Amino acid sequence: MAREALVGQSVPRVEDERLLRGAGRYVDDIDPPGGAEAAFLRSPHAHARIVSVDTTLARLMPGVVAVYTGADLADQVEPMVFQIAKITPPPVRESTGATSRVHPMPALPTERVTYVGQPLAIVVAESRYLAEDALELIEFELEPLPAIVDPVAALEPGAPLVEPEWGTNEALSYHFVRGDPEAAFANADVVVEETFRSHRHVAAPIETRGVVAAPDPYDGTLAVWSSTQTPHQLRDFLAGALRRAPETLHVRAPDVGGGFGPKGAIYPEELVVPWVASELGRPVKWIEDRSEHFSATTHGREQVHTIALAADGDGRIVGLRDRVVHNCGAFNILGLVVPYNTLTHLVGMYDIPVVDVELRAAITNTGVTAPYRGAGRPEAVFAMERIVDRLARTLGLDPADVRERNAIPPSALPYETGMIYRDGTRQTYDSGDYPRLLRTARELVSDEDWAARAGSHREVGVGYAAYVEGTGVGPFESASATVLPGGRVRVATGSSSQGQGHRTTLGQIAADALGIPLDRIEVVGGDTGAIATGFGTIASRSVVVGGNAVAKACAALREQALTAAAQLGIEVGEDDELPLAAIGGALTPFNPGRPAGAPARLHAQVEHYPGPVTYAAGVHAAVVAVDPRTGEVEVLRYAVAHDCGRAVNPAIADGQIVGGTMQGIGGALYEELVYDDDGQLRTGSFMDYLLPTAAELPEFRLAHVDALSPLNPLGVKGLGEGGAIGPMAAIANAVEGALADHGVVVRSCPLSPDRVRGLIRAAHEPVATARQESP
Amino acid sequence: MNESVPIRVTVNGAELVAEVEPRLLLSDFIRHRARLTGTHVGCEHGVCGACTVLVDGEPQRSCLVFAAQVDGAEIETVEGLAGTTASADGGDALHPIQQAFHEEHGMQCGFCTPGFLMTTQALLREHPHPSDEQLLDALSGNLCRCTGYLNIVRAVRAAEAAIEGAAPATSDASASTGGAHGA
Repeated sequence: MAREALVGQSVPRVEDERLLRGAGRYVDDIDPPGGAEAAFLRSPHAHARIVSVDTTLARLMPGVVAVYTGADLADQVEPMVFQIAKITPPPVRESTGATSRVHPMPALPTERVTYVGQPLAIVVAESRYLAEDALELIEFELEPLPAIVDPVAALEPGAPLVEPEWGTNEALSYHFVRGDPEAAFANADVVVEETFRSHRHVAAPIETRGVVAAPDPYDGTLAVWSSTQTPHQLRDFLAGALRRAPETLHVRAPDVGGGFGPKGAIYPEELVVPWVASELGRPVKWIEDRSEHFSATTHGREQVHTIALAADGDGRIVGLRDRVVHNCGAFNILGLVVPYNTLTHLVGMYDIPVVDVELRAAITNTGVTAPYRGAGRPEAVFAMERIVDRLARTLGLDPADVRERNAIPPSALPYETGMIYRDGTRQTYDSGDYPRLLRTARELVSDEDWAARAGSHREVGVGYAAYVEGTGVGPFESASATVLPGGRVRVATGSSSQGQGHRTTLGQIAADALGIPLDRIEVVGGDTGAIATGFGTIASRSVVVGGNAVAKACAALREQALTAAAQLGIEVGEDDELPLAAIGGALTPFNPGRPAGAPARLHAQVEHYPGPVTYAAGVHAAVVAVDPRTGEVEVLRYAVAHDCGRAVNPAIADGQIVGGTMQGIGGALYEELVYDDDGQLRTGSFMDYLLPTAAELPEFRLAHVDALSPLNPLGVKGLGEGGAIGPMAAIANAVEGALADHGVVVRSCPLSPDRVRGLIRAAHEPVATARQESP
Repeated sequence: MNESVPIRVTVNGAELVAEVEPRLLLSDFIRHRARLTGTHVGCEHGVCGACTVLVDGEPQRSCLVFAAQVDGAEIETVEGLAGTTASADGGDALHPIQQAFHEEHGMQCGFCTPGFLMTTQALLREHPHPSDEQLLDALSGNLCRCTGYLNIVRAVRAAEAAIEGAAPATSDASASTGGAHGA
């Protein structure tokens, strides 16, 4: 009988037991002997000239080991430049005129600070308590400069400049045009236009960032543990910034308590702490506290879209125009990564002949923005799916019908959008059934009398959000598979886990490829000592790129083992468990009967370079009850119809979707990172930035409409981000639908009671004015 | 101002005597002095609940309490959960709450998990069959950013059922106080 495949089964997670027993090892649990602890002095100003930083008193405080400022590091640590920010594939440039300024970020600044929370100095002491005491003893003078916070205002002439030598705050731009927008909009039956703002979020994993660095007392190599999604990239970044050979750095991501994108960036603290440890010759630990996290970990989502649709009277969309402003925050660290995702996910699952999208990104005196779960897609989907609803409402059509009318039919796949994806390839939707996803989502919310459930005092609305998601972007991922003494197999990959369960899912893939049980496999992710190359866990790519890399490495190892078995005269039936202990044992150089030329050990390593991205897709449906008197929004049901290709582990896949969706619901209803006009952070704690709790959990429905990816042998698509892409749009559409009689237009989230009441008031108040204008 | 004070506490049944700075947080005492790093610190302002431990049976945010304040108390942390209950095979088996979080996939990164486990332990001791409102009221003091809570709620219900199934018919009351340490 054939061995039963593990891929496709909800195998219980192998990582759980140690975590449940409190035996996980997160970065703050790593305490090298003799270690000191660090704290950072951070800028209290959004924009200021550094006049002086005097650390004399702090250095004299008992218990303080050392204090360093930007001046101390200036000729020691290179300013930070991300490789990816330097790369614009020529087809991207040619099709959109995309330009992006390379914007080096000093590890610690010497001349100016440009956002609240920017690190200015580091104190190393015998304990964190003492280090924070010593921060109070640093005497510094900062001369405040005019700050700019709003990205639209930042692009206007005369705005305060974040980088005066640029002469502008514009960091990047692109403009994509397909077809003849002027004609499409001039000749359309109907044109709708609106401005939507996607507000600023923070990912807020429950574990903050942290880094521990420990120099080896013998050869000075540096062991670095970081709560990062990309340990190999951190190693290479450190090598460049600290001018060290990469092989003198051993970077590991231990257990990581959630990532969601921000831990995929590299941060000043991740360079400064290793440098300081190396300088002092002793281990140094820094753990970010929550208030630091709010100001100094990257944010996401802030874009303003002025978007228009041209359509015929049946709601068939003939043209899309969007003018987007994106807020980079104080540094343009990752260039096109997020803003360009917005372009390539704006059109979504619709067949729209004419497209005209222009984006300009501004640097501002706010925290740096970078990918956060969805990375440019939720922003695009919020604008697009809101304007689709505006179109439907203008025409008096059902928004779900309008979506189905415009959806790309399965017969049109593979479908080229006419755009170039960020990897330089022609954007092509490879597989999926979008009309069926739409129908499925409708069905998931059509089995109840919602008005009855809401009660007579509340209004009910149903809102949809449809999206596609390019997943599994390259350039590559690594994997190795090694037979250990005793016959167990160690699989190592650059794809580390921040809770996604890679030891289980990648183990399932390896077990199937090798023909051995899961409990004979150990998966190591995120250790540069276990595998020399790697990329990391970002952009919904681990199972697509890492998973296929693991499958390849394990298939190669199986071939090696079978060849060796034949040489050794060990018979292996097709469906037998691969007898790796016997094969590996017989290959030992001390076995006199070992065939000449046989390998001494069984080991395979691959670097897997995927082709173009594969397209996951989803349709979300939110049913809300809104109390117009209080503005309170209750989500009565939240439904997701999803296409994630083959689910390696359905329970884990669903967990990713539900978790992502709840983050999205948080952004739709509760979460907003707010700066005041001076660039002061007004939401610096969990008391002000509200994460959803279990009490906000709505009734969930989840259905899979999975179309296997034709682009990789496993048939998988990425699914880490999808859940977070739809909720802002779906809930905003539902709330607007619920309040349709009030004439409310939802232009931004979160839809707090206060904001909903404001919308209702605004819709009623200006009626007189509007009447005067319209006749 | 930083003169040490002596404290004597019981942590998971073992007695600990220590000299602590008055400002030392209980969370730091547990993690760095008792070396029990299963208790995690997520916000240090009492909102996320990751650092929840039981102090004399009551769930407490150990980041909001000074170690010096718990002199004489019995403290339970996640490390003491397996083997403290109802499990007839004693010792090493996962506690039914832990088992339920595993089986229902009520955890992803695991960072918030110890706090949820301890909150659930306190909840089910006090209310062996909590109403939905009691359950959500208890759990809403803990933040999870990975799971979306759906499977956590399922796990708590599964744990409730498992504990009921495992316990002798009259055991609800006897399991409800903080004194129920394993040997």
